[in-house]
Amino acid sequence: MRTNWPIMRTGVIFLSLIINALYSSASATPTIQHWQAASGARVYFVENHDLPMLDVAVTFPAGSGFDDPAKLGVAGFVNGMLDAGTDGLNEDEIGRKLADIGAQKASQFDPDRAGLSMRTLSYPAQREVALDILARMLQRPLFPEAILAREKVRLIAALKEAETKPESIAAKAFGKAVFAMHPYGTSIEVPDVEKIQRADLENYYRSHYAAKAAVVALMGDLTRAQAEAIAQQLTEKLPDGAASTQLPAVTIHIQSSEQRIAHPASQSHILIGTPGVARSDPDYFPLYVGNYILGGGGFVSRLMNEIREKRGMAYSVYSYFMPMQQPGAFQIGLQTKKEQADEALKLTRATLREFVEKGVSAKELQAAKDNIIGGFPLRIDSNKKILEYLSVIGFYNLPLNYLDDFTVQVGRVSAAQIHDAFKRRIHPDAMATVVVGAPEVK
Amino acid sequence: MRIRIFNFCCGLLLLVPFSIQAEVFEKTLGNGLKVIVKEDHRAPVLVQQVWYRAGSMDERTGTTGVAHVLEHMMFKGTKSVPMGEFSKRIAAAGGRENAFTSYDYTAYFQQLHKSKLPLAMQLESDRMHNLQLTAEEFGKEIRVVMEERRMRTDDEPHALMYEKLMATAYQEHPYQHPIIGWMNDLEAMTAADAQEWYKSWYAPNNAVLIVAGDVDAKAVFKLAEQNYGKIKARPLPVRKAYRESPQLGIKRLTLKAPAELPHLIMAYHTPTLKNAETDTLPYALDVLAGILDGNESARMNTALVREQQIASEIGAGYDSTGRGPSMFVLEGTPSAGKSVADLEAAIREQLLKLIREGVSAEELQRVKAQVTANEVYKLDSVFYQAMQIGQMESIGLGYKVLPVMLKKLQEVTAQQVQDAAREILKDDNLTIAVLDPQPLSNKPKKAGGNIHAH
Repeated sequence: MRTNWPIMRTGVIFLSLIINALYSSASATPTIQHWQAASGARVYFVENHDLPMLDVAVTFPAGSGFDDPAKLGVAGFVNGMLDAGTDGLNEDEIGRKLADIGAQKASQFDPDRAGLSMRTLSYPAQREVALDILARMLQRPLFPEAILAREKVRLIAALKEAETKPESIAAKAFGKAVFAMHPYGTSIEVPDVEKIQRADLENYYRSHYAAKAAVVALMGDLTRAQAEAIAQQLTEKLPDGAASTQLPAVTIHIQSSEQRIAHPASQSHILIGTPGVARSDPDYFPLYVGNYILGGGGFVSRLMNEIREKRGMAYSVYSYFMPMQQPGAFQIGLQTKKEQADEALKLTRATLREFVEKGVSAKELQAAKDNIIGGFPLRIDSNKKILEYLSVIGFYNLPLNYLDDFTVQVGRVSAAQIHDAFKRRIHPDAMATVVVGAPEVK
Repeated sequence: MRIRIFNFCCGLLLLVPFSIQAEVFEKTLGNGLKVIVKEDHRAPVLVQQVWYRAGSMDERTGTTGVAHVLEHMMFKGTKSVPMGEFSKRIAAAGGRENAFTSYDYTAYFQQLHKSKLPLAMQLESDRMHNLQLTAEEFGKEIRVVMEERRMRTDDEPHALMYEKLMATAYQEHPYQHPIIGWMNDLEAMTAADAQEWYKSWYAPNNAVLIVAGDVDAKAVFKLAEQNYGKIKARPLPVRKAYRESPQLGIKRLTLKAPAELPHLIMAYHTPTLKNAETDTLPYALDVLAGILDGNESARMNTALVREQQIASEIGAGYDSTGRGPSMFVLEGTPSAGKSVADLEAAIREQLLKLIREGVSAEELQRVKAQVTANEVYKLDSVFYQAMQIGQMESIGLGYKVLPVMLKKLQEVTAQQVQDAAREILKDDNLTIAVLDPQPLSNKPKKAGGNIHAH
């Protein structure tokens, strides 16, 4: 209900954990227990009895990046239809039974990961029902034909709607310009959806939702013995699919490009970017800390200062690296009224160029470290946030001490490393630019 | 001390954890500032929030949006903390900060490590009475707000539709004006308008300070006294009471905007909760919203999206709390090949069915079980708990009614829900907004749906 939704001071994007990665500090981090279930699934568990509740997530290397290029959209349908009916429960019964116990189900889906999560009270009466339903959705999805047909129609409607929205048009053009044919840049089109068949879903599910590829994250009010039993219960009947868990390599160097797309909106939506960095890359920490200074650090970043604070040209302006299995995008974004879009674009490019050429000051570096390290406790202050860390650590095979080690890594970053990493990775003369709602060319 | 929910029992009839109230402490300083502390020791963090009882509904014709503009200006410096320093110091302390404005209130917050409360209090108390509003900074920030309006409303057909719906449904109440303000008023606004707003409403006796997290209430009170205690109380403007007269007949409006799909919003005037003990209608409407749209298998989604496939999206909602009245809203997008008229008819059919036949015991119980579980889940977020306290304080009900509200929700009967639907869901009380999608100019009729670069 929107009536009383307040409006916020800023459009600073609170990027999800997968983007921001993980931090640590001297403060206590949760103790992560890790084992492999008999099913082959890898399990990550934090035991905490403060609240009578449990959060669980099961994820697979089955995100949109794993779609067969000839069958785009299948990965999304598989993930989206895990709750469309299962052994003994149709979709209405799944919804009703979960509501009856106040349990909350959610889907995870991005270019790398796909999965389901569940939040439930930890009392046996609720927990057992919630986990039973989760186990069945994960391991016995039916993908009913009629629901597939209905959801195809809905998705086609949503895709057509997206084609009218400047932010969607920009994101799509940007993906293509940065990643060309790589799946990180692919958008689903209406004809892709039209040709999807139920058998495609079955096949994808069987090959990609494999027990040995699964990561089970458990957070909350459970004993170790209960956690072990649950992890097995959620994965023992998964298929033994053999699909590759590796995505193709990204072409890191791109040609400079600029697309100007007409749109009647009052603002121009500007995106500038290039392929960025993979999660496992040793440059990751310098790039992350550097980006905090460039455009990641909310009100104190250079882009925010130049575009918004000094000149009032935009409400939202940001930059980020999306560290994925393969190098995800480095992206700068802003919206500004058409009449001043060219000026804002010029200013943004100049800010980036100066940053890449000259690097950061000792003072800026210290401020960035102070915020990232000092703010670490806020990143693990709830069960929900810790669950996401567990999933990420498991999915990307990060070391179990990753949380503890992170602030150490951030603390070690030097101004020279930031300068060096940006110079090698970000080439202001070879970036993709997209302007939707572009001003008339003079 | 850990939060203990010892009066929980197992099974479906869960009791509400009233014990959470045990960790809430309050004290009012000599200058009228109310301080509320919610101790929660799960993580070594805290949130400070300051809520001012002044929102867009307190604005005057010609200066709509000034509450929100002032909120932006609050980050522009004081005598002792120059422009930009507020955010820098919070960031250097590892903090996150922001602010928000609604129809009813304006609030500021910082989230930090538990050791950083003195800094947060020093900065927040300073700008409560020392803000320096310059024409130069105002001139820049008002442009930011105009960009915000373009992004949030002018270029977002559904938001624009909602803005026009509010302006149509309300004729007397200031909820008719958007929180962000009309563009004309933003263009005409001056630093003096913002200054006037600041002088009128930013006083300790018009604010509530909330600190939640890993803190000791006594220490917080002491720190609050040191930082905020010295700020002088000021007489506040007379707060006008507003009322919306009965609508007396259906209203309809159409908005044309660039979009692919049409959209429909149906909004019925409703009251909000004024007396938590004796009111019944707002609780019944809360439950009604849950029965229509509280889960994926609730009535609206099941009937209209899944079975009849008349809608591709559908929602129903109601907010029972606020300084002013509220609306019960149904909102949806017709499926391909269906019109908004088809969708409206289908929604009406569902509402009539509910009014005629009532709701089942299972549906009622399902909504209540979700309410109970959500009370536990909310304990996972210190920020949200502080938000809830701040909202209740700012609208005049007070946080102490929260457990009363939970108890009353559990007592709602099927008959009350049916009666509430009959009373509220009437055409005379209804405003309907329709989005009439327009092609994007400069765009040829598409063949394959590809976007072409120009």
